[in-house]
Amino acid sequence: MRNSHFWESIEKKINEVHPISREEAICLMEEKDIFLLGELANRIREKKNKNFTYYNINAHLNPSNICVNSCRFCAFSRKWGAPDAYDLTLEEVIDKVKGIVTERTTELHIVGGAHPYHKLDFYTRMLSRIKQLYPKIYLKAFTATEVYQMAKISGVEVEAALKELKSSGLDCMPGGGAEIFSSRVRAKICPQKISAEQWLEIHRIAHFLGIKTNATMLYGHIETPEERVDHLLALRQLQQETGGFQAFIPLPYHPQNTSLGGRNTSGFLDLKVHAVSRIILDNFDHIKGYWVMTGIEMAQVLQSFGVDDLDGTVTEEKITHAAGAKTPSHLSEDWIRQLISSAGRIPVERDSLYNLIRQ
Amino acid sequence: MISERNQIIKILNKAENGRRILPEEAVVLFHFDDLLLLGRVANTIARGKNGKVVSYIVDRNINYTNICIGNCHFCAFSRKPDAPDAYLLTYEQIEQKVTELVNQGGTQVLFQGGLHPTLPLSWYTELIAQMKKKFPKVVWHAFSPPEILHLSRVSGLSVREVIKKLKEAGWESMPGGGAEILSETIRVKMGKTKITTQEWLDIMELCHQEEIGTTATMMFGHIESIADRVEHLHHIRSLQDRTGGFRAFIPWIFQPGNNPLGKKISYKASAFEYLKTLAISRIFLDNIRNIQGSWVTIGKKIGQLSLFFGANDLGSTMLEENVVAAAGCINQIDEKEMIYLIQEAGFIPQKRDTFYSYQKDTNVN
Repeated sequence: MRNSHFWESIEKKINEVHPISREEAICLMEEKDIFLLGELANRIREKKNKNFTYYNINAHLNPSNICVNSCRFCAFSRKWGAPDAYDLTLEEVIDKVKGIVTERTTELHIVGGAHPYHKLDFYTRMLSRIKQLYPKIYLKAFTATEVYQMAKISGVEVEAALKELKSSGLDCMPGGGAEIFSSRVRAKICPQKISAEQWLEIHRIAHFLGIKTNATMLYGHIETPEERVDHLLALRQLQQETGGFQAFIPLPYHPQNTSLGGRNTSGFLDLKVHAVSRIILDNFDHIKGYWVMTGIEMAQVLQSFGVDDLDGTVTEEKITHAAGAKTPSHLSEDWIRQLISSAGRIPVERDSLYNLIRQ
Repeated sequence: MISERNQIIKILNKAENGRRILPEEAVVLFHFDDLLLLGRVANTIARGKNGKVVSYIVDRNINYTNICIGNCHFCAFSRKPDAPDAYLLTYEQIEQKVTELVNQGGTQVLFQGGLHPTLPLSWYTELIAQMKKKFPKVVWHAFSPPEILHLSRVSGLSVREVIKKLKEAGWESMPGGGAEILSETIRVKMGKTKITTQEWLDIMELCHQEEIGTTATMMFGHIESIADRVEHLHHIRSLQDRTGGFRAFIPWIFQPGNNPLGKKISYKASAFEYLKTLAISRIFLDNIRNIQGSWVTIGKKIGQLSLFFGANDLGSTMLEENVVAAAGCINQIDEKEMIYLIQEAGFIPQKRDTFYSYQKDTNVN
């Protein structure tokens, strides 16, 4: 679509590790030639991660679906008192953990609703109990939204809350709650949720406290290509400042059972968003293809379009499945390795901080 | 490494310049994992043949019977005649289904069934003649080489006679089913005893001689090797050189659910392998105009992406599909969504008929 001068300029910047401009990024987000996008994304991917694709052996734990927010893209959250609301006690959480971890599990991914009354001590006790039982398992817990909520109702600053969580066993944070940073879109799809500035600030504090985090972007609903680009550029800027992000994870929107409705993302959009994210976020080490949301087939193909991480085996995924995901809620390690090697890549099991466990 | 890549690029350049690649060169391509490079060349070739147009057809499957004397290890659809869920549709039931198709703007009946032990040839010829009288515009894209061979055995007529009689009744086109993998050693291992490679090819050739155009398929991702896939493609290309009777080639992935062959493999062929096989098929089959992407067996997302990897057609909107669904694969798509997916990817949607003539009433949004 663009002339050769445009592509030469982009290529030059990629080769010289210069950031591309907002205008160039928007052109990429509107580009229809998936091979040009794929080749640029793949070049960055192979420069940073060679021919490796990472995965981990992880399990998901969602302590409660009760949430003070009513985001219109969410099919998981319930109000307190709703017939299908659930709220695990500390003992139930521990029982659940015992049920889902195996000898090979290296990470627990713990996220839930922004709970109306659980204070910080509920979560710190949760983390320390789990850590006591499983000292070797990394705890990747709580989105910025949850951290904000627990700090607020406990009457402490986010920084103090994060410090306490860290000393109780928090190893790193997931990247959820970012959605799309655009205030126009947030007002329409998640008006009660923390703002983009708050999300970024909480991650900035986490990074300064030495807590590595991930970042996400929910796409394929009502956002524009420009809004996607601005989201990515905001992440790029914070990463420039802190270096605390590990992976960026594009999340395709799932419409079923949500009040927002609409359609599922197409394969074409998935490819484009992952590839362009890889090109724009040149200071992120990893782009993750989250198979639970993209679909297993897409996640595999995305390895040629910038993705170097396929998340993990994931035991018991609930949040996307509430929104009609047709993927299984678990993948065997053998299957993940197969998806990686049959795409011509080398499977590498990693821990939560991207240390190599087994090749 | 470098020299291997150079060798690949040489092969791809040759194909891109419209020169034919050798079977051994196709084998080399299959061992190459740069999906982007293969895709780019396949896409150039596909666009060279059909421009930005992506066609589809509104049709319906009618599987007239699931009773089958064959015993293919990969099939989850067939039943013995005395099975409690064995069925044979009546003319009335078939007419009802065709009426529904016509009401939705459909132009083609994909008509296939098991190898029924006793149904006479006249059941088929009378049915088609009757339906053709009632619905003259509906094309019977019907049967497959195993069914034709079976009809020849049941009727005691030669294959050519069977083809002629069906054609007289109004039959116009045959799908390429039953090809699976055209390699004898693999077919024996698959329990694919109902037709040999040579019989399949001979029947296709006879159809083409009698001016019954056909498609060709390939079912991969089970126990076949790369060499077997290339042998298959080579058979198709050689026959096409002689007859020109194949309108389209349709590779699809073996579905391992609910069948004995599925127990022999751990995982179905991946999306990556599908797109790669599709791209190499486009590159190798220089004498076939249309390559069909399959969303039924691999889902809408990869179905849409197939348009960048050599496909210029997305097959049918399938009002009814039983055979693949019986193996645990359920994907639904309607015409509106088909058009959306084609346009979103930057292509021009075009409704077609069985013969790949473009129809005027494409419901472009």
